[in-house]
Amino acid sequence: MITAQPRHLRRRYDVVVVGGGPAGLEAAVAAQNAGAAQVLVVDREPEAGGILQQCIHTGFGLHRFGAELTGPEYAQRLVAQALVQGVDIVADACVLDVDEQRRVKLMTTASGIATVDAGAVVLAMGARERTRAAARIPGTRPAGIFTAGLAQRLVNLYGLMPGRRAAILGSGDIGLIMARRLVLEGVEVAGVFELMPHANGLNRNIVQCLHDFAIPLYLSTTVVEIHGRERLEKVTVAPVDSTLQPQLAQAWEVPCDTLLLSIGLIPENELSEQLRLRIDPATRGPVVASTMECSRDGVFACGNVVHIHDLVDFVSAEAMLAGTCAGRFATAAPAPADNVRLLSGENVRYCVPHTISTEREHTVYLRTLRPLESCELRLVEAEGNVLYTKRLRYVFPAEMVTLKLRPAILQKFHGGTLRVDLVPRAFPEQGDAAEPSFPLSAPDKRPGGEP
Amino acid sequence: MRYDVLIIGGGIVGCALARELSRYRLRVVLCEQEAEVGFGTSKANSGILHGGHHASLGTLKGELEWAGNQLWDVLAVELGFGVRRVGELTVAQQAEQLSVLDTLLHHARVRQIPGVERWSAAQVQAAEPALASTVLAALYAPTTGVVNPYEACYALAANAVRNGVELRTLAPVQQLDLQEEGWVVTLPQARLVSRFVVNAAGLWADRVAELAGVRTFSIHPRKGEEYLLDKRLQGLVRHVIFPCPSPLSKGILIIPTYDGTLMVGPTAEAVEDRADLSTSAAGARSVFAAVRQLVPGISEKDLIAQFAGVRAPADGEDFVIGPTARRGFLNAAGIQSPGLTAAPAIARLLADLLCEEGLALVPRQEFVAVEPPRIRFAALSPVEQVELTRQNPRYRRIVCRCEQVTEGEVLDAVEQGATTLDGIKFRTRAGMGRCQGGFCTARCLELLARARQLPLTALTKRGPGSWLVCDRPDPTASDFEKAGRP
Amino acid sequence: MTAHTTHYLCIGCPLGCRLEVEEEEGGQAEVEVRGFSCRRGRDYALQEHRAPQRMVTTTVAIDHALWPRLPVRSQQPVPRQLVPEICRALRSVHVVAPVMLGDVLVENVLGCGVAIVAARDMAAC
Repeated sequence: MITAQPRHLRRRYDVVVVGGGPAGLEAAVAAQNAGAAQVLVVDREPEAGGILQQCIHTGFGLHRFGAELTGPEYAQRLVAQALVQGVDIVADACVLDVDEQRRVKLMTTASGIATVDAGAVVLAMGARERTRAAARIPGTRPAGIFTAGLAQRLVNLYGLMPGRRAAILGSGDIGLIMARRLVLEGVEVAGVFELMPHANGLNRNIVQCLHDFAIPLYLSTTVVEIHGRERLEKVTVAPVDSTLQPQLAQAWEVPCDTLLLSIGLIPENELSEQLRLRIDPATRGPVVASTMECSRDGVFACGNVVHIHDLVDFVSAEAMLAGTCAGRFATAAPAPADNVRLLSGENVRYCVPHTISTEREHTVYLRTLRPLESCELRLVEAEGNVLYTKRLRYVFPAEMVTLKLRPAILQKFHGGTLRVDLVPRAFPEQGDAAEPSFPLSAPDKRPGGEP
Repeated sequence: MRYDVLIIGGGIVGCALARELSRYRLRVVLCEQEAEVGFGTSKANSGILHGGHHASLGTLKGELEWAGNQLWDVLAVELGFGVRRVGELTVAQQAEQLSVLDTLLHHARVRQIPGVERWSAAQVQAAEPALASTVLAALYAPTTGVVNPYEACYALAANAVRNGVELRTLAPVQQLDLQEEGWVVTLPQARLVSRFVVNAAGLWADRVAELAGVRTFSIHPRKGEEYLLDKRLQGLVRHVIFPCPSPLSKGILIIPTYDGTLMVGPTAEAVEDRADLSTSAAGARSVFAAVRQLVPGISEKDLIAQFAGVRAPADGEDFVIGPTARRGFLNAAGIQSPGLTAAPAIARLLADLLCEEGLALVPRQEFVAVEPPRIRFAALSPVEQVELTRQNPRYRRIVCRCEQVTEGEVLDAVEQGATTLDGIKFRTRAGMGRCQGGFCTARCLELLARARQLPLTALTKRGPGSWLVCDRPDPTASDFEKAGRP
Repeated sequence: MTAHTTHYLCIGCPLGCRLEVEEEEGGQAEVEVRGFSCRRGRDYALQEHRAPQRMVTTTVAIDHALWPRLPVRSQQPVPRQLVPEICRALRSVHVVAPVMLGDVLVENVLGCGVAIVAARDMAAC
């Protein structure tokens, strides 16, 4: 892949993007399209593209490119697009600090530490994987315990196997994908163990990664102990009850030399914390306005650093918005302020962005706390008036709900706080036609929840 | 060739002794059974330099605690590792514990430890606002410090090696025979002859004594689990916080480690298996329950790593140091808390004892006391960072994002003797942060493999058996046939 | 004649309908599909039942490149049961950088009529 390193860093860039994964690349191009002439992307890896480079499976790009691509293909399209547009990409580099005047201190292999001024900064650092300590698995500390992403990197980029017989904790998509990957590479997979009563990954991956290869999936089951002195020898697994407490009397042992952890991602927010950005405890990413601007002027964020996305296509969409707004901020007047604060209400784990405007159109991403069928999404005013409802066939924690909000929907609302609820439908059996219509609710024909 | 002194065990005691003896014209060899020094009990040590007033009066460990405490600052300066005198508070939360504070204060007075004083609840709250309001009083000791125990081991061993000590790793002692020419020590790879043997074998010291025919004590392994917390909590607690101690242990502590992160623990559990380094759900529960009593703001959610170490107390709970009935065989055993603190004093004591036993200690003119400073990018000031990376491209690439460790530091660690992934981690902190190696493991392995000219599949986490990755299965002849050609 | 039922999990959306395909013993006869809640679910069940297809993605060895492995994919989906064998066969493929995205590495893998192509550019270095 072409990764032209800029020969010299400029003293000033209109927009500096931290992170050269899909979010960063997409934001950079969008910033340029929005009028930013000089855009720099800083990436720590030897090449841009981010985690997509190790996601060699297909399933990316149906929304963004109308084609089903592998991760490297998606990445290559984004890198090519950025380079064609004249975005500077500096790889093998690291942003050390961003100060209040948006002076970005970065370290490159070519010239050491340099400081560049940025008209706007876009944070696109992605996420890291939850580790063994986060799952608090007791036992020994042998070799052979890998996060699924690290194993994916070793297998797909280095051609190295993490072991000969693996157990996988967590049914997130990376874990499922790795189960198939390992089997295809001749590694035995003893099973996938999921704490929750439902799988976390897409059904497509349950079928194509587990069913196709007869890999057992144990729901409501978790790893309770790790054994082995030097190298992992076995894990003890146990079913959990409805409060997720392991039932040790029913535990059994799974011999394996490898344990992959696919137990979730956490926004990589070292820099956001250094910048003292406001962090949402639910997303663990920065609080963002409808422009994807954070709590500090001219600092924008997008992608998994804000909240964990299901699909890279959604990352692209969010990053285009962030990049566009960052580009405008750097070159023209900043966007008018938001006048609506979104509050996560019943069953809602989080909403992003955290604020919106009654004047503009928005896509709001939210996640449910628990699965619901025949439900509806409600926007509720402080006094309890339901401003808007949208029927949804179902919501699942593993699937982000997207809500398109047009100014028409909010025209009678004059700002303040709107609560977002996900609630079971009042009369689910009566069919759509008989559904009572709420005042101000705008018809939305799109089937709910569908990406 | 005959050695003058053969040290069995490259823990903190063995390393400190090796360095102490390297001042003299002696042939010294340090034998460590693990892949690197410090990989036994030492690496799991809490890293506290005890204030000097904890151990009871009239004990050897009490004497050596205070003596050792005072030697660390010079060592740290000479060898280029860090010591921070953060001070400690031993807190009483019940009225009947107040007398314990008095006892500790009495120890301090007798040993003439400066600055130890009784603090009122108000003083405690002012200094440590995160502490529970149930604290009635505390004993403050400014002499307590923190250090990275593995860093101290590496620094001592490296300086000893610079001054001529031979270091043999993966060298467990299999046999000890006292013959005419001295002790014949059988290792898997060699038989060495030495005039003196010092048994600093930690958990295995009673077995080694048995090999020498003088098993006068037994080791009673006692496991301790430690829990390391996210650096988000940095600064929440500034002093080492001790509850009032019980006879068996100093209790569950809150330790602002040298690196600034908080660590809580250790548990104290008698175990049969000396190699039992497992943590347990029960251990975690007891630690966090105890910690919440002291600092309500700490929870399991902040956990980033957990590990266990096994202490090596001997019968009677005091250190067992000195010559034995077998000529030339000395013990440095039963070294439990405050063993790390005492280690430099133990080394001096052993040197004196060896001298009494007839070993001539003639200073070497060419002894190099000071190690060149090691580079730690994250600890440099912004100006120093600019300067370093301007001069040296080796430090321009960050390998570990969480702890900001550069490629040059990893390469330095390998040059200084790291042969394993843990060796790199303990020397550089790469992989010790939040992501626990998720991002940097592959890169560290690559650098280690290249520097040691080994395939990645030959690398280990901490020595033989702890392999990390393996090759994909080889293609068979039928695979070639089936693939077809373009 | 007895009926034989096969179960499938629909992958069309997160609802994950439990699909059933019922068929007369002996093959060719009419089949009945149950359990779907949309047209796509029904089509999927029939496709999975009659001729399941999968895309192959794996890596092959590459020399003189940034990484030791090059991601590759099948140009079209292949019959599902061929996937493991294709991946095994591709272990013997060894290429040399530079490689461009879409380069055909194996024209007709296992004789199934599908080509294996590079899934990215990889420059020589």
